[in-house]
Amino acid sequence: MNNEWPLWEIFIRSKTGLDHKHVGSLHAVDAEMAIENARDVYTRRMEGVSIWAVESKYIHASNPDDAGELYDPANDKVYRHPTFYELPIELKHM
Amino acid sequence: MSINKLKYVLQHADNALIMGHRISEWCGHGPILEQDIALTNTALDHLGQARSLYQYAADLYNGLPDAEKADFFSSPVFAGLQTPVTEDTLAYLRDGWDFRNVLLAEQGNGDWAYTIARSFLYDNYTVLLYTALQQSNDERLAAIAEKSLKEALYHRKWSSEWVIRLGDGTEESHARMKEAMEERWSFAGEMFIGSEADKAMLAEGAGADLEALKSQWSNRVNEVLTEATLDLQPADAWMQTGGKDGNHSEHLGYILAEMQYMQRAYPGMEW
Repeated sequence: MNNEWPLWEIFIRSKTGLDHKHVGSLHAVDAEMAIENARDVYTRRMEGVSIWAVESKYIHASNPDDAGELYDPANDKVYRHPTFYELPIELKHM
Repeated sequence: MSINKLKYVLQHADNALIMGHRISEWCGHGPILEQDIALTNTALDHLGQARSLYQYAADLYNGLPDAEKADFFSSPVFAGLQTPVTEDTLAYLRDGWDFRNVLLAEQGNGDWAYTIARSFLYDNYTVLLYTALQQSNDERLAAIAEKSLKEALYHRKWSSEWVIRLGDGTEESHARMKEAMEERWSFAGEMFIGSEADKAMLAEGAGADLEALKSQWSNRVNEVLTEATLDLQPADAWMQTGGKDGNHSEHLGYILAEMQYMQRAYPGMEW
């Protein structure tokens, strides 16, 4: 029998940040405890003002073995960067 | 007048210090890393509250006329003291009979359920106490209460959830939580039995009304116990007393021996 508590991924938004960033993982029996544990483990030094907790089993990840077919084809598609537009002279700070 | 204020502040300071010390004993021994950290945070919260209160108590003590100072503590260290008292003197150099914490705080950790039960009964009291003390006509006490209340609210949330989780959990967790709550219950009443200092400070407008606190406390404790499927404890049960007058259980001596050893063996030592 597995007695380990479920694993949760924790995301924290800092006071100055706009997005929640992944900070690590921890164990908890339910979502409420996951948020409290995250508060105690990851916000002790005023790191955050908002916490998201997602049970790790609900995170789906890409397979590192597929990296070649997933990411390499973008290598020679420089035209996908918006660097080929002629900007009007009035626009000085782009 | 200020003698009672000093006693009053010390009561609360000693509660915070001894609770904090007991909980800190879990550091490195928690059932799971995350809860170990949670308890250690809580212990430090209590210690922080104790420091604020001891700093205030030290100022009150130092402001007493010499004759009153000489009578206040019976710990021998204070008789020959040449320098003003600090928070450290109060924490590290007083003997057990000069401590005014309630007996509940000094009770041993027991198992997880016993620790939860002790915190649960205490946290429900401190939330109400600090809420009331925010209205104190003593500004410094009101300020300490305002800062401490936020911490106490989190402690109460944490311990209440554990009471519910264990009470309404498995057959074994229910049995253990029930046993712990029954055993700790006889230590809960003392928090609401007014000492001379409690009564004097209430009359002066600086202290909390323990009678009013008690009924609010009972209501909330009963709500949580009901949700936890635990029996309600008898309101008229016989209660242990003595801590507020310096009559402690054997536990306090062991706590102080460990906590005070370093300062007594090497006076003034710093890390």
